[in-house]
Amino acid sequence: MTRDYYGRPVLKEPVWKWYIPAYFFTGGLAGASSTLALAARASGNRPLARSALLASSAGIAVSGPLLVVDLGRPARFLGMLRVAKPTSPMSVGSWLLAVFGPASAIAAATDVSGRMGRVGWAAAAVAGVLGPAVSTYTAVLVADTAIPAWHDAYRELPFLFAGSSAASAGGVALALTPVGDAAPARRLAVVGALAELAAARSMESRVAGPYENGQAGRLARAAEACTAAGAVAALAAGRRRGVAVGAGALLAAGSMLTRFSVFRAGFESAADPAATIGPQRARLEAVPGDEPVRRRQADERVRGVPSAHERRI
Amino acid sequence: MTTRMGFFTDTSVCIGCKACEVACKEWNDVPDDGLNFLATSYDNTGALSADTWRHVAFVEQPGRWLMSSDVCKHCTHAACLDVCPTGALFRTEFDTVVVQSDVCNGCGYCVPACPFGVIDKREPDGRAWKCTLCYDRLKSDLEPACAKACPTDSIQFGPLDELRERAATRVGVLREAGVVDARLYGADENDGVGGFGAFFLLLDDPEVYGLPPDPVVTTRDLPGMWRVSAGAALALAGAVAAAFARRW
Repeated sequence: MTRDYYGRPVLKEPVWKWYIPAYFFTGGLAGASSTLALAARASGNRPLARSALLASSAGIAVSGPLLVVDLGRPARFLGMLRVAKPTSPMSVGSWLLAVFGPASAIAAATDVSGRMGRVGWAAAAVAGVLGPAVSTYTAVLVADTAIPAWHDAYRELPFLFAGSSAASAGGVALALTPVGDAAPARRLAVVGALAELAAARSMESRVAGPYENGQAGRLARAAEACTAAGAVAALAAGRRRGVAVGAGALLAAGSMLTRFSVFRAGFESAADPAATIGPQRARLEAVPGDEPVRRRQADERVRGVPSAHERRI
Repeated sequence: MTTRMGFFTDTSVCIGCKACEVACKEWNDVPDDGLNFLATSYDNTGALSADTWRHVAFVEQPGRWLMSSDVCKHCTHAACLDVCPTGALFRTEFDTVVVQSDVCNGCGYCVPACPFGVIDKREPDGRAWKCTLCYDRLKSDLEPACAKACPTDSIQFGPLDELRERAATRVGVLREAGVVDARLYGADENDGVGGFGAFFLLLDDPEVYGLPPDPVVTTRDLPGMWRVSAGAALALAGAVAAAFARRW
């Protein structure tokens, strides 16, 4: 049992609203989709490239407004590009999006208009190469906080987000692409789903608490169910387009629920003083040195030490 | 760079008068933080927030009272400043950490980054606010409002070196006199945030006052986070490439 101040949290809960985990999903989908599109185009699979580019540009088009709306001063969103700071994952992400967003839009527009050309290829290449970074930097963004459930999961979160992004990108492309051309999307969806499930398990085994209990735990279980069902459906779809669409919807839902679960876990972790104090206290107790002093203090506390004023200090 | 300035809050002489809370509000024009009844001892302020830059904690224990005026720690390695994407948070010439309200766009990243739960977003305003260590007063060679108002000199302002020496002496005196619980909090440059610019003399474990016992700046692990993230990004790229392999 840790000691605390009237059960009050040590940390502040994040002030971010649902826009942020929603963006983690749309941004992750956009990032992995642009990489899928680049690989599809390079291998000559134009229908798959088209649907992945559409998913990418749609995802990123939604992401921008989600991020701006969450700001306390939305009109100052360009302030994000006022400086470039590697110590701030949000600054790194802003610069990534400033390049990725237009590249993804140009790639999709040129593909749809049938005038891909050199510009279209360059844009698709830039978006495709930056895609994996866009999908995973958001894991660093939440891990780089004082909140135990987020910070302590920094080894698993990037893989969770990468797997989740791959599952959603593969799933959405699977749903949007004619069955004859969708095989790579199916494979990416299944591999991504397996990675997402494995990373979530690994994270829960190391950073239990918030990911197992409460609202975050319920979201995590729903995510797991959707992702697993989506992966099975993707494998079972065969040439049935309807099943493929269902698989894509399930994988996308699982991916989004994963981000909302992580998001909620941060709030629950921040609100719990024991989650902050417990591990820190254990760390101090593990260091030898002040132990006799502390034990003596504990003894005297029980006996009731006279106060400083009573001793006239 | 001029001398590093800071606070030494000696809680052994705090009388819980809350003059610091009032002086801070008056000088800095900090808005109302609510007329709340928390039913926790004499503390109806609760915690530091966007609208509370000094907070007096009250702890009732058998045979004694603990009272302590909490404030932003102005960390040597400040997570809020590190993660701020706009550069609104900056380090002043006094080595204090201040938000430039004309730059802050209210992204809220500093809020969960702070290991002490100090900085917060002011809702109707949309921006992040916290103690400035009275940057304006310092520029005019005045001490911060809270230190000026403190009737017992529990809040002491000055060059950090001098404050640390004074604090070490004070702990010695107290322990000599039998107050074995006396200890400094945040005076060690080797702690997880590189020492506080505003440190404390406490009479019990920090967590009893609502303070984290062993705070660590989250960005200490950031290089490792970027490495893991790069690994995950490469794995994602590899998975996409593998999906196009001819045979599975």
